[in-house]
Amino acid sequence: MKTVKVYGPGCKRCETTEKMVRDAAEKLGMEIEVEKVSDPKSIAMAGVMSTPGIAVDGKLVHAGGLPDAGKLEGWLKG
Amino acid sequence: MSTETTSPVRGPRPDWYWHAGVVGALVVWWLVYSQLIPVAEWLTALLPVERHSHTGEAFAFFFYDVPKVMMLLTLIVFAMGVVRSFFSPEKTRALLSGRAEGVGNAMAACLGVLTPFCSCSAVPLFIGFVSAGIPLGVTFSFLIAAPMVNEVALVLLFGLVGWKVAVTYLAFGLAIAIVAGFIIGKLHLEGWLQDWVRDIHSGATAPQEMEGESLTMVERYRLGLEAVREIFARVWIWIILGIGVGALIHGYVPEDLMASIMGADAWWSVPAAVVLGIPMYTNAAGVIPIVEALLGKGAALGTVLAFMMSVIALSLPEMIILRQVLTLRLIGVFIAVVGTGILAVGFLFNLIF
Repeated sequence: MKTVKVYGPGCKRCETTEKMVRDAAEKLGMEIEVEKVSDPKSIAMAGVMSTPGIAVDGKLVHAGGLPDAGKLEGWLKG
Repeated sequence: MSTETTSPVRGPRPDWYWHAGVVGALVVWWLVYSQLIPVAEWLTALLPVERHSHTGEAFAFFFYDVPKVMMLLTLIVFAMGVVRSFFSPEKTRALLSGRAEGVGNAMAACLGVLTPFCSCSAVPLFIGFVSAGIPLGVTFSFLIAAPMVNEVALVLLFGLVGWKVAVTYLAFGLAIAIVAGFIIGKLHLEGWLQDWVRDIHSGATAPQEMEGESLTMVERYRLGLEAVREIFARVWIWIILGIGVGALIHGYVPEDLMASIMGADAWWSVPAAVVLGIPMYTNAAGVIPIVEALLGKGAALGTVLAFMMSVIALSLPEMIILRQVLTLRLIGVFIAVVGTGILAVGFLFNLIF
């Protein structure tokens, strides 16, 4: 099972991103574990400078702005 | 254009469809924009009020300014959304690291205008910069310029007050960011960061290599549209409220009153405007229509600009966010330095204009 971390201090875009991740996983029929990271210290230490950021299995794949739905599925599969 | 076989079909529209759509939208935009005054007059004439009464003036102002501001915003926010897709905090950090102070401050202020930034990611961005070895003062130049000199403020000033004031605002906004950052750098206040920030070893947060994303022009258009959608969702209510208050001032407040309170003769009006601006939290969209109306009623330009800069650049919520990385003493210095800069600009303008 893949672990996806969504980095964001809790602005609206970050919540939308988290939902997009869950939706994409559901669409792909994948079971994933989504962890929301909202502590600014942890966000910074992960190397994310613009939120929301997404990491799949510890690998940062996206930072800043809403992700593209197509690319998101690619990251989850990849 | 991209012909990768891996990229799935992204909608049936070919690229030229998008380019043509953008050009077509620009033409329609221009046609509608040039008809705004007749339409506003027509709408006002429909109301059962005397055109030259206070109420008539207020309505005409409202009917003309709301669509005008909305249209200007749409155009510029879209354009800036496309431009910003060429920049990112990661690229900015790479550009800034290793710069000497001075040049670094100037670059940071300019990049602050161009880099996509939202105050909710101020903390991660701050740490990302500082841990990459970018000097504290240069980081501050970025953090001051990013909210203060933004496209929404510039568009509204341009559309409602005139291009001269917009250009002056841009120049002095950048100047404050550069000088304030430079001074904070010279004070060597690194010891006043929160302990945990100081302990981050340089390079500890180096961004992991992300897949090189190069965007197609169509994707940049999409980002532009996304920016428009987001800005409007956030600011439309402020624009309407702001222009509503502006309309009331425009129609009802007597000119002598404003001139005596906010005119150039009242020296205390500049500091008062700065102090008043700090706890007020709105964005450029809400404050500028008021600025226009105040100016029209004889308030001095310097006083009004100082008020506006203070509202936008020294906001309480942002201080609270930055409190996570800065000690109170450092926040105090930050407010004092930026506030002094704004004061100076206010007095200078009242002298010149």
